[in-house]
Amino acid sequence: MIIEIGHFALVLALAVAVVQMVLPIWGARAGDERLMAVAEPAALAQLALLALAFAALTHAYVTSDFSVETVWANSHSAKPLIYKISGVWGNHEGSMLLWVLILALFGAAVALFGTNLPRSLRANVLAVQAGIAIAFLLFIVLASNPFTRIPLQAEGRGLNPILQDPALAFHPPFLYAGYVGLSTAFSFAIAALIEGRTDAAWARWVRPWTLAAWMCLTLGIAMGSWWAYYELGWGGWWFWDPVENASFMPWLAATALLHSALVMEKREALKVWTILLAILAFSLSLIGTFLVRSGILTSVHAFAVDPRRGVFILAILVLLIGGALALYAWRAPRLQAGGLFAPISREGALVLNNILLTTACATVFIGTLYPLALESLTGAKISVGPPYFNLTFVPLMVPLLLAVPLGPYLAWKRGDLAGASQRLFAAAGLALVALVATYAVAWRGPWLAPFGIALGVWVIAGALSEWATRVKLFGASPEETLRRARALPRAAHGTTLAHAGIGLTVIGIVATTGWQSESVITMRPGERTEIAGYELTFRGVAPRQGPNYREQVGLIAVTRGGAPVTELSPAKRLYDAPRQSTTEAAIYVSLRGDLYVVLGDQLEGGGWVVRLYFNPLVRLIWLGAVVMAIGGALSLSDRRLRIGAPRRARGALPSPAE
Amino acid sequence: MDLPCALPVIPEFREAKYPGPRAARSTERPWPLGPGSRAARLAGMTAGARKVAMVLLVTSIGWTAPAWAVLPDEILKDPALEARARHISRELRCLVCQNQSIDDSNAELARDLRIIVRERLSAGDSDGEVLAFVEKRYGQFVLLRPRFGLQTLLLWLAPVLLLAGAVIVLIRRGRSQAGTPEATPLTSAEQARLDELLAPEDR
Repeated sequence: MIIEIGHFALVLALAVAVVQMVLPIWGARAGDERLMAVAEPAALAQLALLALAFAALTHAYVTSDFSVETVWANSHSAKPLIYKISGVWGNHEGSMLLWVLILALFGAAVALFGTNLPRSLRANVLAVQAGIAIAFLLFIVLASNPFTRIPLQAEGRGLNPILQDPALAFHPPFLYAGYVGLSTAFSFAIAALIEGRTDAAWARWVRPWTLAAWMCLTLGIAMGSWWAYYELGWGGWWFWDPVENASFMPWLAATALLHSALVMEKREALKVWTILLAILAFSLSLIGTFLVRSGILTSVHAFAVDPRRGVFILAILVLLIGGALALYAWRAPRLQAGGLFAPISREGALVLNNILLTTACATVFIGTLYPLALESLTGAKISVGPPYFNLTFVPLMVPLLLAVPLGPYLAWKRGDLAGASQRLFAAAGLALVALVATYAVAWRGPWLAPFGIALGVWVIAGALSEWATRVKLFGASPEETLRRARALPRAAHGTTLAHAGIGLTVIGIVATTGWQSESVITMRPGERTEIAGYELTFRGVAPRQGPNYREQVGLIAVTRGGAPVTELSPAKRLYDAPRQSTTEAAIYVSLRGDLYVVLGDQLEGGGWVVRLYFNPLVRLIWLGAVVMAIGGALSLSDRRLRIGAPRRARGALPSPAE
Repeated sequence: MDLPCALPVIPEFREAKYPGPRAARSTERPWPLGPGSRAARLAGMTAGARKVAMVLLVTSIGWTAPAWAVLPDEILKDPALEARARHISRELRCLVCQNQSIDDSNAELARDLRIIVRERLSAGDSDGEVLAFVEKRYGQFVLLRPRFGLQTLLLWLAPVLLLAGAVIVLIRRGRSQAGTPEATPLTSAEQARLDELLAPEDR
């Protein structure tokens, strides 16, 4: 019964979405207040209905209702509760339902918090949002219905064990919040095109939504990478896999959008470009969904085998992206306007940022799709793998990272490069010290890595020194500094943190790529080995029983210079349902880096294959991402972005004298 | 990293279709699951459905199960040679996997390739010769870094062309940017509202 209620709510949500699209857009055209006013309650109703549908499906998973096809196919009664819940979105049907639920969440948020938007803009935004919802709800109802019933089964088939993991339980919701959050920027762009005008205020309305989406994407991607690192069992954290690229491209586009919206807001420039970027960012999210959902990634032929879902998503893609771009081509010329600015200026720096980020994004896009395109055109099969991406993506990032500290130092309109460079003297000095120091420690190579470390230090030191300059850290009394730090808009703190976060990530990537040590050996109980200054003694392997798996746990004692450090227990698990094995790496975390131990198979003669890695500073990769997200959150909390909030009295805060 | 070689049919990728009562009974599956394994057939799927199923995964959850890469008995005694072997391994694709290099993969074929690479190196081949040898046997699909050629012209030139294009557009726009008027200017009330909103921090 609950399933039928959920099913009914789902279909009703589709009907509400139709109303939410048609009436407000009509109202905005005709200038009819009453029709436009339909948008908000409709958006809220849609959220309520989809939440109900989602709750119904979750209930089916929690109570292990194996008369529902997706529950039977993806769940198991013996699974721990948290994985029963995360199993809701751990499969195709459920994840699509989560997708539209988050879409409705953002729609409702616009309805609730967008009270200060012009009437017609808000109506149009919500209508476009509803249009996207219609497309995906149709897809769900017709081609991937999560509420399909089957004859009651005794037991489910279980969730893939490698997905039974806390990081992965929350990775999809974050990633989807990021993907779908970009739909708001998209809707704003389309609404602006429909209305035929944009202005600085538009950019400011779009920025918080983009920022929120960007934060979620950052965290979602970092979580996925972290999970891959510890769960897949060989310490890799990024693979340039098409599926990863599908999430990385929207991130690059969203990062570019954040920066170009800034130019638009402050200087009324880059309007047409910003609109295009808003459309592209969400389009890349859709393309990502298509790439992964259609099956086209394995091969062009797989796509043709069961075309129903693939063709459906392709149709959505063509309709939404094609429609949006057509509208853009038709209306954008009317938006032409923009302030003039010199190449050396804050705007100039942000344009450079945009050029490099979009080129990088396009490179990833081409690298991901080129084999598909080539095969369908000529039949030739080629592979585009990590070596290609490293060779093209990294050179694009280097100038960008070099420029990151300069940007905030340049003034709007006309900047002073010499002056900015002068103020970055300290940061450059620190980077140089880092370079020399790294060479002193790691003179054996690889010779490029110290430059990478110096680049990371340059970005961090540059961000901090800009902040220090603004609060006069070394030039004024502590009270004055504190006063200035308080007066500084939160967005300025956010920028500093986000930029510093990139620097941290860069250092982590360079260090672990350049100086990872690895050892693959066979060990018998009692044998010893060494890696990265640690001595490891293999004590043996013992069986253990988990809630829904059996495992073999190795025991390895770790000492350093004779002093005990820790004991590691890497394991090999065999899950009951489905019967699958996973490896559980054991990781010892220290300030220097991670000691990463994996237990392999037992060989004839009693020895065990043991893989040992030392990944220096690898945690900085994800720490950097978290710092970036915190920077984003700080910016988001900036009261200047909360247009909808009532204005506080001017006297309450000293107006920031930026 | 994508679908692992040893575990291509995990529930994530399985077409969530109820295959009928007969097939549903045999959900117990042996492991490890090889491509086209008995387990996959038992799950009641056609080969085509299985192929599609393999990739119908959540956008986010594209990764895989443990991989077993290089084993101790493969490792060469000469560390310099072994380092070169590892480097070459990362450039070669495991042909039966999805987007895995033979360095990461635990498939039999990947192991064979790793051994071939080491044999060639031990026989005195240069890195280029080893790659050419493998490419000759398995085709260009095996190379993770496609060779620069007619077919990959656009792939390799795209970043440069895009960058150059962006710069050209920018320069041309900079020249002709003599402020065309806006289509629908703000009304005075809106401009006043805008100024009010932007006032506090605009210099």
